Amino acid sequence: MASEKAKPAENRPVYQIERLSKVYARNRFQALKDVDLTLRKGEFGAVIGSSGCGKSTLLKIMAGLMPPTSGRVMLEDKPVMGPRRDIGMMFQQATLLPWKTTLGNVLLPIEMRDGKAAARAARDRARELLELVGIGRAENVYPGELSGGMAQRAAICRMLITDPAVLLLDEPFSALDELTRDFMNMELQRICLERHATAFLVTHSIPEAVILADTIYIMDANPGRIVETIHIDLPRPRSLDMINTAKFGEIVHHIREKLGREMYGS
Amino acid sequence: MTDQTASSDAGSGQTDTVWTEREPFIDRIPRWVAMTGLFILIVGIWYTATALEVVSNIILPGPKETWDDILFVGQNMLDGGYMLEALITTTKTVLLAFLLAMAIGFSLGVLVGETKFGERAVMPYLVAIDTMPKVAFAPLFIAWLGFGISSKVALATFIATFPIVVSTAAGLYAATENERMLFKSIGASRLQTLIRLKLPTGLPYFFTGLKIAAVGVMAGAITGEFLGGGQGVGALIRVSASQLDTPRVFSLIIYLSFLGLALFLSVVWVQKTFVFWNKSDKPGGMA
Repeated sequence: MASEKAKPAENRPVYQIERLSKVYARNRFQALKDVDLTLRKGEFGAVIGSSGCGKSTLLKIMAGLMPPTSGRVMLEDKPVMGPRRDIGMMFQQATLLPWKTTLGNVLLPIEMRDGKAAARAARDRARELLELVGIGRAENVYPGELSGGMAQRAAICRMLITDPAVLLLDEPFSALDELTRDFMNMELQRICLERHATAFLVTHSIPEAVILADTIYIMDANPGRIVETIHIDLPRPRSLDMINTAKFGEIVHHIREKLGREMYGS
Repeated sequence: MTDQTASSDAGSGQTDTVWTEREPFIDRIPRWVAMTGLFILIVGIWYTATALEVVSNIILPGPKETWDDILFVGQNMLDGGYMLEALITTTKTVLLAFLLAMAIGFSLGVLVGETKFGERAVMPYLVAIDTMPKVAFAPLFIAWLGFGISSKVALATFIATFPIVVSTAAGLYAATENERMLFKSIGASRLQTLIRLKLPTGLPYFFTGLKIAAVGVMAGAITGEFLGGGQGVGALIRVSASQLDTPRVFSLIIYLSFLGLALFLSVVWVQKTFVFWNKSDKPGGMA
């Protein structure tokens, strides 16, 4: 089993979540109960669980898109009370605006927060990011002409443009085909390692969580809570070949057991 | 796999195609040929019916008389005659009503689509008015605004506004949950979300409303001219019909349809120019 002791280097904590609970007032549904979670600088965390276990709710609260019922969420020692520019987010769909070029889409967060002039000034930075993810030549192309994988690369750049302290990833590649998805996961790892980024991934694919994460939180529903925390000590950078190793299989097997039969990740 | 065909001509090394797709005839001819063919067929039946006097010439004039009258009306318009003035009057009515309907419809659409007050309080009234036969309001508009151009503009505007309100409001709902969440997460204000996300996303809907309105505004203007007299083409049609000048009615309708078509096509053209992204729906973009 992945050793519980080999924690990632004791970097300073970026995200601190303590006794977080969420009850939807509408139907008195308890989506989250006493969730504790610490994300350190450079750490890749992943939460896995079946549909309805509250993982999306957790991510929305972490992103400041929704207030918790109780508990606290601290990012860089400041409480999260609404959307912040040091939080980068990525969704299942690329969600690019079809009337803006790739470059325009990447610059959108700057344009919204600081205006058009600031967005113009950030053009070179946006181009560098597009180079980083390998779609530098597509900067003047409209999203309608991008493939699914390319669109998600552009979405990665849009998330990175404000240089956020943490990346929140909501099943970012689950709408892509499996080959593209594996490839994009490796790309994501490369980008995170290169930038020493702190990231938090929500997924329902066990192999995806294991290949990407340093720490996996297994969630269970009713009420949504973390039932186990696993530290994955596979060496970095990880490659897709690791999926065939015995150790990888062991971890996947353990998580699958824990999640029970309802879980449907590959 | 190709056992059957291979055995039939074994050794020749060639395979006969035994089954293949045949393109239907209508797909093989150019579109204009099909359209011209249908046109000739209709005029032919029309000509035969009038030549054999199946119906009286007063009720249905032949293609030749109608064509002559179309030329006559066209000549009158080119010479700046009274029919040109009628067409100008109707065009003015139609354009003015269309612009008004666009302004009022868009504003009400934003009110209904963006605010809770609009959705809860205003929308039910709009639906109630929309279900009424709007032409029935014509006598009221004439009583209020007189026999001039304004009563016709009012009726045409009244008819054309509703499709624009409904389509604008529908367009504002069209942005997906993901897009709204994205804008929220990048700190966009409500106004920014409206202007930079919801309105552009709703443009295709808005233009659909405009196309329906372009048809409605023509119907409204002509109805107004039938009922309220005045200087427009509608009044000329009514007079011609009452004099049993059927060819004239036909040719005036032809010229009116040019006006309607021009309005419709300009909406289509503006849409193609402004909503350039709506052509392809690949996975990268948003549907």
